Amino acid sequence: MKLLEYQAKRQFARVGIEVPAGRLARTPEEAAAAARELGRVAVKAQVPIGGRGKAGGIAVVSSPEEAHREAARILAMEIRGYPVRSVWCEAGLEIAHELYLGITLDRDRRRLALILSAAGGMEIEEVAATSPERIAKLWPDPFAGPHPFQVRELAFSALAHAPALTEARGRLASALVPLAQTLYRLAVDLDAVTCEINPLALTVGGRLVAADGKLEVDENAEYRHPELAAELALDLEGQDGRTGDDPYEAEAKRRGLTYVHLPGGSIGCIGNGAGLAMNTLDLVQQVGGRPNNFLDIGGGANAEKVRASLAMILSDPDVRGVFINIFGGITRGDEVARGIVQARDELGITLPLVVRMTGTNEEEGRRILSEAGIVPGTSAPDAARKIVELVGGAR
Amino acid sequence: MAILIDASTRVLVQGITGREGSFHTQQMQAYGTRVVAGVVPGRGGGETLGVPIFDTVAEAVARTGADTAFTIVPPPFAADAVMEAAAAGLRLGVCVTEGIPVLDMVRATAFVAGTAMRLIGPNCPGVMTPGQAKIGFIPNHVGRPGRVGVVARSGTLTYEVIQGLSEAGYGETTAVGIGGDPVLGSTFVDILPLFAGDPATEAVVLVGEIGGSDEERAAQWIRSSGFDRPVIAFISGRTAPPGKRMGHAGAIISGTTGSAQGKIDALSAAGAAVADTIEDVVRLVGERLTP
Repeated sequence: MKLLEYQAKRQFARVGIEVPAGRLARTPEEAAAAARELGRVAVKAQVPIGGRGKAGGIAVVSSPEEAHREAARILAMEIRGYPVRSVWCEAGLEIAHELYLGITLDRDRRRLALILSAAGGMEIEEVAATSPERIAKLWPDPFAGPHPFQVRELAFSALAHAPALTEARGRLASALVPLAQTLYRLAVDLDAVTCEINPLALTVGGRLVAADGKLEVDENAEYRHPELAAELALDLEGQDGRTGDDPYEAEAKRRGLTYVHLPGGSIGCIGNGAGLAMNTLDLVQQVGGRPNNFLDIGGGANAEKVRASLAMILSDPDVRGVFINIFGGITRGDEVARGIVQARDELGITLPLVVRMTGTNEEEGRRILSEAGIVPGTSAPDAARKIVELVGGAR
Repeated sequence: MAILIDASTRVLVQGITGREGSFHTQQMQAYGTRVVAGVVPGRGGGETLGVPIFDTVAEAVARTGADTAFTIVPPPFAADAVMEAAAAGLRLGVCVTEGIPVLDMVRATAFVAGTAMRLIGPNCPGVMTPGQAKIGFIPNHVGRPGRVGVVARSGTLTYEVIQGLSEAGYGETTAVGIGGDPVLGSTFVDILPLFAGDPATEAVVLVGEIGGSDEERAAQWIRSSGFDRPVIAFISGRTAPPGKRMGHAGAIISGTTGSAQGKIDALSAAGAAVADTIEDVVRLVGERLTP
């Protein structure tokens, strides 16, 4: 769950990390009021993706009238599929230097990594790729969090690459200790897998201010943060229920299916288990077909789940055949077979269906399919070839 | 020979009275696994499936000599259960729970690292030593005692590989499903050295998938350790687009890391035979085993 800029900043402000003065506006009138209060502001589209500045989703305005006009324009926009539901109107900063301070999950080390660089701003990824020595990293003990001396070490290491900050380094390191500790605690409290301040602005007045922020909450932990999800839903869905996500994926999510859409593909794919489902797509592509989706019916799927999955896949008119790949473990072949036959009859499916079925209760499953006129196979590559033959390959 | 578990392994089940916990415990018993205790806080003193239930893992260990935990409890409680097992002095923990908050696992794996326990999972299908014992979900009928070690991230593909090896007559020493989460107790580089120490394992099949760099690190280990047995690898997710999570929490290509091709290249360069299909895996194993 990726939070919007204003949500991240509200979280920062809540724990005492300084952010620029700002107001959320969902209407041009609210934006005008924000400009009246704050003076010269940047009006920024609140969408959960980058590149909004380039897309015209950010405007700097100097009067309430201008704020009204620009907010009206931005609120009517759609940025890479995401309709703009709100704008964040924010007072400007006098920035002397841009730093980067972030926390992210490091899988290999099984810890959160605390990352600091004196080369903050838009090009941080490039800096990381070309001059990794300018990025300082720390992997705090998960129970203790970052110790002050560790943050100081991190700070001196990062600041060593910024001659402009040499004189201020002692003061900066001291200021970064509580900031980094607070940010780390926030990341842990919110179950964040990404929690970053970029740029972390060093103002002309010598203050450290979170000029922009990114916060992503672990999906497995969303149940611990219902208030954030509710707030986010309001901004992403608005009144007409549209979101920037792929409409098929949004629908699948509503139906509780683990589904990824590959628009333009002609072969619907179902597998049980994520690895097998992924492999099902790979097999189709290997023999020249174009998979339309990833769909994992999971372990122990019943006939109803199979029916729902088929209905979901067939809602995309590009789909001209379906490949169902089942390795029965917890999942029982006969259950799946019944679901397939039921779905075909109820949904009136006339498109080619190819089923590969092996494992638990495979014989019973194959019998059910054969009696219903669906030919089951036991080899996954053969089944993939069969469906591609029936549907036709990529052109 | 085998790794991790064998006929003498004494298993306690955390969550034995749950619907899934109870079903899979019965499957394990039917396979011959020695299940010696269940742990359900507040239900100590009872009995289920012919084994005593205890309130705590520590008590279960003291009373039954259990040395291994099978953890099958709901996500909000799973990381704590793993730590309880580790603190009680168990040798091995297998956690199959899917959907555990990742920072819970960051803390749990750090805690486990300070104990003697090796953790497999979470979000994994478990471990099977054919003919001796199994812990987790791997279907009872697929395994057959034999010569090949299997280590895999995905569940169903683990079953596929085991079945393929069994049907071809090669069989398995031990099969280990390490799991599909971003933070795991054991990764390929933790399991491969165990196979290296098992003389009965004549070849290893490694089943990886997109996301993270565990496969690349495995390739590095194969090179640097001078592992002297054939490795046959298979990578799932070649068609996955970047930024889309393919079911497993860990299966996502982010930025330049985690793509299938990068993993295939790394493993090939390390001398592993990389198969295009599961059928190919079995064929490549056959070509590399001494008759």
